[in-house]
Amino acid sequence: MATEFFSNLKCRECGRLFPKQAIHVCEFDFGPLEAAYDYSRIKQHISRAAISARPQSMWRYRELLPIDGDPSVGLQVGFTPLVKADRLARALGIRELYVKNDTVNYPTLSFKDRVVAVALSRAKELNFSIVACASTGNLANSVAANAASAGLKSYVLIPADLEQSKVLNSLVYGTQVIGIRGPYDQVNRLCSEIAGKYGWGFVNVNLRPYYAEGSKTMGFEIAEQLGWKLPRHTVVPMASGSLLTKITKAYEEAIKVGLIDEAPFSVHGAQASGCNPISAAFKGGTDLIRPVPKPQTIAKSLAIGTPADGYYAVHAMRQTGGSAEDATDEEVIEGIKLLAETEGIFAETAGGVTVACAKKLIASGAIPSHESAVLCITGHGLKTAEAVAAHIGQPRIIQPSLREFDELLAQDALAAAA
Amino acid sequence: MSIQVGIPTPLRNLTENQDTVAIDGANVGELIDNLEKKFPGIGERLLDAQGNVRRFVNIYVNGEDIRFLQEKATPVKASDEISIVPAIAGG
Repeated sequence: MATEFFSNLKCRECGRLFPKQAIHVCEFDFGPLEAAYDYSRIKQHISRAAISARPQSMWRYRELLPIDGDPSVGLQVGFTPLVKADRLARALGIRELYVKNDTVNYPTLSFKDRVVAVALSRAKELNFSIVACASTGNLANSVAANAASAGLKSYVLIPADLEQSKVLNSLVYGTQVIGIRGPYDQVNRLCSEIAGKYGWGFVNVNLRPYYAEGSKTMGFEIAEQLGWKLPRHTVVPMASGSLLTKITKAYEEAIKVGLIDEAPFSVHGAQASGCNPISAAFKGGTDLIRPVPKPQTIAKSLAIGTPADGYYAVHAMRQTGGSAEDATDEEVIEGIKLLAETEGIFAETAGGVTVACAKKLIASGAIPSHESAVLCITGHGLKTAEAVAAHIGQPRIIQPSLREFDELLAQDALAAAA
Repeated sequence: MSIQVGIPTPLRNLTENQDTVAIDGANVGELIDNLEKKFPGIGERLLDAQGNVRRFVNIYVNGEDIRFLQEKATPVKASDEISIVPAIAGG
């Protein structure tokens, strides 16, 4: 595939252009660098028909992803189901609702496989042999798995107190798992120092301009799976705020290159109440993000106290007429159970945050009940099983005896009648 | 009154590779003005065209971001610890 669609890296603040190297910050004003494309050329090249004829993966939107050659890592990632969620819609009181189900993303059951597919494909183009990341868990899983299949050595750095499943899901791939005593923001700071010293490809540090673009594919898929149109509302969980800004960018790009007609859309952000720097700024009417030094939430994958894209996320929500909410731990668990019991989808804690916040936004009218909405569910529940284990009951144990089973059912009937 | 200001790695080419410099000033704005006088070019790296601290530059007085104090009017004294830190990506 041609290379001419992706031209440069560009500072989001001052617009200075930079070469497509492993750099992520403007050397003049420290603003983040972002991939820049030649949209008029992409518009001539891309079409609904061309995309429809391609394999069902995130790479069907190849022209809008920042690599030079053909993708080499994560070829099967993406194109997860968009589930029409009628039973959840009734429970939340909205007419038309969908779940973008990245709990079944390949290979590590979270949306992070999208960003890692781009970051590691680019890492190979830039000749890195060691890749790494700072992670709250899902990214570590994905870097470990995708690096293993690509034959790259990897180091994943995580807060030492993560869920056991998330730690195990990195270790099994033979990666180097380094637990840091401290919250994610300290892991992140350390990774910036390591990236500067050792010259590794850190997917969310020096490869971040490439990595972050992978999130757009969740937005492209939503638009395509709705029959090439946008949902009126999209609810997105926020950690760094990157996913929300990139889904917004995907919708804007799909309009810009002629894949969908222009239509109003609103993007809403969801956080945990115990780590809500972005939703607090939005609700406070400011774009100053006040860091949360000690996040306290069961939604550990969202526990970023100093969100890198918080400013841009606040602006994306305001400019699209969206809103922000946050949810307590109890509401998160209720959200996980509601999604599971109505739609048969087991989400991790971040998914509980999204469902709980959507419920509040619909109840408040921020999302009107007669309009359509998509919930972005980004990771599988088995990854955070311990967060819900004490809240979903226990199996009832009996002997292999029909009489005992009859008694059990009789008790159920009594309880139902009571 | 001279105050020690911590300089981040990307700006040390402007401060003759010094990681801390002694600068006079009664508040953060005066410190930045005097930094620019002593090390021409550093001012525009820290402040935008309107004179506001750039979005991805953090200035801390005793560990607190001046955005949550009195911004450039935040008073400083000799015993204060002043550091300039570019925002960190990640996540």
